[in-house]
Amino acid sequence: MFASCTDPSTLDGLNWLACYLTTGKHVLFYKSFIVVLTLLAVTAPIALGVGFLGAIAARSKVAPVRWFGTLYTSMVRGVPDIVFFLFVPLAMDQGFEWTRHKILCPDWSEPIRQGNDFLVCSAAKLPLGSAPQTTHEIYGFILAVIAFSIVFGAFAANVLSGAMSAVPRAQMETAEAYGMSPRQSFWRILVPQMWIYALPGLSNLWMILIKATPLLFLLGVEDIVYWARELGGAKTSHFDYPHPDWRLWYFLGLLVFYLAFTKISEIVLDRLTIRLSRGQATVAGEQMRKAA
Amino acid sequence: MSCLQTISDYAFRSIGYGPRLLPKSDITLCEQVTLIGSGMLWNIYFGVLALAFGFVFATLLAVAKNTPNPWLRKPAEWFMFLFRGSPLFIQFFLAYELFVQLPKAGIELFGMTLETGNLTRAWAGALIVLFLNTSAYSAEIFYGALRSVPKGDMEAADAYGMVGWTRFRRVTWPTMLRLAWPSYTNEAIFLFHATALVFFSGFPAWQQKGDALYYASYFAEKTFNPFVPYPIVAGYFVVLIVIVIGIFNIINTRLNRHLPIERRPRLRFKPQIIR
Repeated sequence: MFASCTDPSTLDGLNWLACYLTTGKHVLFYKSFIVVLTLLAVTAPIALGVGFLGAIAARSKVAPVRWFGTLYTSMVRGVPDIVFFLFVPLAMDQGFEWTRHKILCPDWSEPIRQGNDFLVCSAAKLPLGSAPQTTHEIYGFILAVIAFSIVFGAFAANVLSGAMSAVPRAQMETAEAYGMSPRQSFWRILVPQMWIYALPGLSNLWMILIKATPLLFLLGVEDIVYWARELGGAKTSHFDYPHPDWRLWYFLGLLVFYLAFTKISEIVLDRLTIRLSRGQATVAGEQMRKAA
Repeated sequence: MSCLQTISDYAFRSIGYGPRLLPKSDITLCEQVTLIGSGMLWNIYFGVLALAFGFVFATLLAVAKNTPNPWLRKPAEWFMFLFRGSPLFIQFFLAYELFVQLPKAGIELFGMTLETGNLTRAWAGALIVLFLNTSAYSAEIFYGALRSVPKGDMEAADAYGMVGWTRFRRVTWPTMLRLAWPSYTNEAIFLFHATALVFFSGFPAWQQKGDALYYASYFAEKTFNPFVPYPIVAGYFVVLIVIVIGIFNIINTRLNRHLPIERRPRLRFKPQIIR
């Protein structure tokens, strides 16, 4: 990066460190933080949407829909999330390829599962064998987003259905007294009011989501854990920047990153709670009304 | 090979009894169920021990955080912030790298030699991390409960002339437990879930002795079929969690046995706050 970095063996002290921390691989390491933040930014709204649908399903009047909603939310509570993280991407991948195989290669006569193999015609492969490396990486990332959304959607559904039943019954009765249809009272009374009850649970969920992001490593995505192991491992004198095993320091860096991230989130969420309490029929809202 | 034969061969494979080699080809359903079940022994081992030690330490931490003395309060707060603010996965990696750096021969301390060799093994190293982690989370729950012990209970204790240790043991602590128990049940469930992370986070599975998820991912890799081993793990965990909830429910009933039945708090299976 710097002009003085051309011959690392002549460097020492801070110069060496400055050059070391700006090598191409380190830039990739810094970029992988963006991968993690992207995952959070993409997953959080999707999971909230999935959770909203799940909560509606769990409260549905149609029995099969309700069973599905309840099964979905309770399933994720009983089984470790990491099982889903390992299972969902693989299952999704095979599911997509199987569907494409059925559509694209109808003439294929051999079975797809041959003993310990999963064989689809080359046109059905996802991504195609000829695709560039970035396509493979993006595909892996999308599978990860799906896995995270399914797991955290279930948690969010739990929180949101709790929040929906926490809205005071009197509010809904008033809506009915005004002659609102169930749909109207749901969208105009229940949904705007439920967020303050959902916020403690959702804040908690956000923290859990942040702390689940290192699991991306297990899904084969080149995330911060991958690069911390890669860069921290002992480098012999064959490398430009030889050093002993520094993984401890890299992981310490990641620890600090996460501690800072969760701390900042906590501060922001506390402010949001105060903002959302305005004008609500809760203790906090009542206190603010009196203070004003 | 019959299924009974498989069970007698592999039932304790995860703790080192049985054939050295894992099944490689023609993997049957029976082999998967047996080996994954054998791996569950590790999940139970980690969960039960971390929970037992963590319970004691968490109580101490919660009391420390509740004292006005900053020399006790600040370290407790920092400890809880450190372990609750960072991912368990990173904690595992960090602890493993730390334990690897320790001198192999052991540390000389006050004339005694502390063994360090076992710390890089999962059974000791990962247990320590899980213990510290669950202590921090449980301590936060206990601290919240300590803060919400009803004032009347403390006044009643004062009226009986109870002070210090007697008051804590006979009034504060039981009430704290009673209030914290539903959330603590939740924490226990999360801890058992967290045990599945151990063998994916730096700690190597020595001689292929791993936990349930380790064997499940082994089978998923070998058969390239995730639809059998992962549901088996899920099933085992659901059974384990149902047992855990059952045990915690019995303790909950015992803690609230002085209350009339209709006023006893029920364990909520769908708590709003998770971890």
